[in-house]
Amino acid sequence: MTGGNGASPGPLLQVEDLVVRYPVRRGIAETAARRPKQHVHAVSGISFGVSRGEMVALVGESGCGKTTTAQAVLRLVRPEAGTVRFDGIDVTALGSRELRRLRRRMQIIYQDPYESLDPRFRVEATVAEALVVHREGTREERHRRVVGALELAGLSPPELYLDRYPHELSGGQRQRVAIAASLALGPDLLVADEPVSMLDVSVRAGILTLLDDLRDRGLGVLMITHDLSTAARFADRICVMYLGRIVEEGPAVQVVEDPRHPYTKALLSVVPRRDPRRRVQPQILRGETPNPIAVPPGCRFHPRCPVAVDACRTVDPELRAPSGAAAGHRAACLLAER
Amino acid sequence: MTDLPLAESGALDRPPLWRRTLSHPVLSTPQSVLGLAILLFFVLVALIGPLFIHHDVQAKVGPVFAPPSSRFWLGTDGGGSDMLELLVVGARVSLLVGFLSSAVSSLIGGTVGLLSGFFGGKVDIVLMRITDYVLVLPDVPLMIVAAALFGRSLTNIIVIIGVIYWTSTARVIRAQVKSVRERVYVQRARSLGAGNTRLIFRHVLPQVMPLLIANTVIFIAYAIFAETFIAFLGLGDPSTVSWGKLIENSFNDDAILNNAWWAIIPPGVCVAIVVLACAMTGQAMEDALNPRLRSGHLSVRRFRLRAVPPRELS
Amino acid sequence: MSLLQVEELHVWFDLARGRELHAVQGVSFALDRGERLGLVGESGSGKTTAILALMGLLPPTASVAGRVLLDGEDVLVRGERTVAPHRWKDVAMVFQGAMNAFNPVKRIGAQLVEPMEQHGVAEGSRAEARAAELLERVGISRTRLRNYPHEFSGGMRQRAAIAMALACEPKLVLADEPTTALDVMVQAQILELLVSLTKDFGLALILVTHDLPVVAQTCTAAAVMYAGEIVETGPTDVLYHEPRHPYTRLLFAATPDLESRDVVVSIPGTPPRLDEAAAGCPFRPRCDSAVARCSLERPLLQRVGDRHEAACHMAAQVPA
Repeated sequence: MTGGNGASPGPLLQVEDLVVRYPVRRGIAETAARRPKQHVHAVSGISFGVSRGEMVALVGESGCGKTTTAQAVLRLVRPEAGTVRFDGIDVTALGSRELRRLRRRMQIIYQDPYESLDPRFRVEATVAEALVVHREGTREERHRRVVGALELAGLSPPELYLDRYPHELSGGQRQRVAIAASLALGPDLLVADEPVSMLDVSVRAGILTLLDDLRDRGLGVLMITHDLSTAARFADRICVMYLGRIVEEGPAVQVVEDPRHPYTKALLSVVPRRDPRRRVQPQILRGETPNPIAVPPGCRFHPRCPVAVDACRTVDPELRAPSGAAAGHRAACLLAER
Repeated sequence: MTDLPLAESGALDRPPLWRRTLSHPVLSTPQSVLGLAILLFFVLVALIGPLFIHHDVQAKVGPVFAPPSSRFWLGTDGGGSDMLELLVVGARVSLLVGFLSSAVSSLIGGTVGLLSGFFGGKVDIVLMRITDYVLVLPDVPLMIVAAALFGRSLTNIIVIIGVIYWTSTARVIRAQVKSVRERVYVQRARSLGAGNTRLIFRHVLPQVMPLLIANTVIFIAYAIFAETFIAFLGLGDPSTVSWGKLIENSFNDDAILNNAWWAIIPPGVCVAIVVLACAMTGQAMEDALNPRLRSGHLSVRRFRLRAVPPRELS
Repeated sequence: MSLLQVEELHVWFDLARGRELHAVQGVSFALDRGERLGLVGESGSGKTTAILALMGLLPPTASVAGRVLLDGEDVLVRGERTVAPHRWKDVAMVFQGAMNAFNPVKRIGAQLVEPMEQHGVAEGSRAEARAAELLERVGISRTRLRNYPHEFSGGMRQRAAIAMALACEPKLVLADEPTTALDVMVQAQILELLVSLTKDFGLALILVTHDLPVVAQTCTAAAVMYAGEIVETGPTDVLYHEPRHPYTRLLFAATPDLESRDVVVSIPGTPPRLDEAAAGCPFRPRCDSAVARCSLERPLLQRVGDRHEAACHMAAQVPA
């Protein structure tokens, strides 16, 4: 079910220097006092790519900008600067009609399976909606494609599910319906925003394995998650975000086994392991992620960094490949070499 | 394949349609069943009753202010007409005005609320200003002025009542539309490429419809009451008979001086009963739609104790 | 004598048309001071209902059977009358989503003082001093006593909720999914706090969660719940390395681990309905090692090792 034209050279999705910020609404008093306008710096210049047949995980805690990035990729928010290229086409510059056509090739899967299906639509109507909206095919063709999408999403035999209402399905089944609805148009890229965080543990693996299979079939998957264990197990590449920037990125195995940024190291150290005998010395950072309105100068992480030096207060490090790191593994830290 | 078919997971036993209808939450309380029954009764009377009456109901058929007897179950009015027949015919007009003007009011209010809530921004601001202005207009003087200006036909009355009372519906619908618009499935449909028309008619409106209907039912009560006192003030359609007209007539004909309670009380009682029935039904519908109105749990702690059941092994 | 001993706890909820939901089906366990027990289960397993029952926080539609012995005293024997005096003074609770635990129009300090005054533990300036100490103990500066809940971040609110739970010096703290909505770093902070508090104050802790790794790293022992009953209980490392109930084993296998390249597998099917009595083992439809006996006879919790119990007919066999 790979979409449209044959493989064009270059990655499916290429994000470059993306900046997204929201103005903070001011009250009358502040406007009168002419204080400078403040912004929420949700995303402050990130670049990454997703290729066909690749799963990239955007990992980070709340406020790091991962969800906003996903929204910018799908043009659900307007970026302030930077470009998002889908199959070579600049998404940020498109008019609404071209955007609509492009939207068919990028689909999003939401976090909440209990809310992402219209409770009044039967499964068949939900899955067929994309086809109806884009006026694709006759009734029979749409039915065939709905059945195909349900099969692909693991809801088998599909006939059993076509007439169901969402409240007659479990959380895992609902998420599969949402995935089937995304697959109906044959997209090239799936953006999955915390696709399993609201599902029971025993069901999560099934959905993640499904995304894995779709990736094997040639889809690109951009997964937004806060769960490092999931990212480590399923993603090909991980981008760790902090306060609007990517602080480390690289092949998943490398980032997890050989982290080079202090934030990544700390994060990995506090993720609980399954095995009670695996006692990792946790590096618990003090405090919480600062407000994206007031971004610290220099390296964004320096106020909480356990190994910060003086230079970190003034220098904002770039993503660089540290020595001895694997290909494609980069970190934004002055001390990454060690 | 990781999920068992639904049949095995037991999620598939849908009871037959008639059973689902009868156990609909709207019919769950005695009040709502009673309210609905009363309304149904009056509707039937209004529809079928006049078919049995083949003469001009306002013609004189008996003595003036005759008390209830076996011939005239509710006596006669100041013009010698049969009160019962008058009530039956009056039911048709009163209920018609009630239902239709409530429908007009819901149409206007629903549309304003829908557009306001869905589009937000300038549309919202403009529509809500208009709503506010209409809201503060005094209803009775407005009705008097409108009746004086546009004449006293039934259509005008329906329109006047509808145009005056749509504002609270607009507010209620707007609030609900705003919340539905933010729901994930609406966002998802939008991200698929669905346009506003589709989003409104296929996703938002169905969610809002039940509330609109519940609102409409409650408004029938207001509308009937409004019609009653418009007629009572002498502004009603002179060629038709409605319950309000009957009350007006009885005052004009000095029914009180004649101790003819049967000419005054029955129409008032009918109005009161129908208004009450609408309120009960509409309230029950609203309660059914809003589960949060049901009482919270931890506020009352009164769990019961019982004996430990024996361990059943098979 | 154990601090807490739960014997054959059952909870039913009334449903429409005379039916009942058997949410908790004969749960028994014991806990001593200083112990941290993880109560693990997925949605519908009954874990939250079980600990709400320990504090008598059940709605009028609930009926309860069984004994809950706090220091030997049966607190459920006369319902609300016997359980109310223990609330907050002996058993305190930290709820899921501490955002909802606080009154948005009252200052944090006032809300910390409130339970102390209500339960006669302290009042006036003494209570305020204690509130300041508690706040500092959970890692929040005492200058923030005058803040309102919305001025706290999520992690801080949860810590304040823990401080509130400790206000009357309870012996037992029940924490229901205390870190579920929080970031992993904040989660680590909260869990570290809970562990240090149990050590410093000799508290017992029951941590209710669906997150197995959290239990693995925080609790000394765990009880796995499925369909309203405990299917396996024991020290956490025994549960991971030598699970005797297929559900425990499969649940671990379904959880991705940072350091493991094992294939992560879902458990097919869905949990059983609790409003219908079922024959045999409730996990049978989803079990990968069921035999004929499993459909006919419901297994009881039996000893399979040192402080290790499992409710499975196949538990006696050494796993392959």
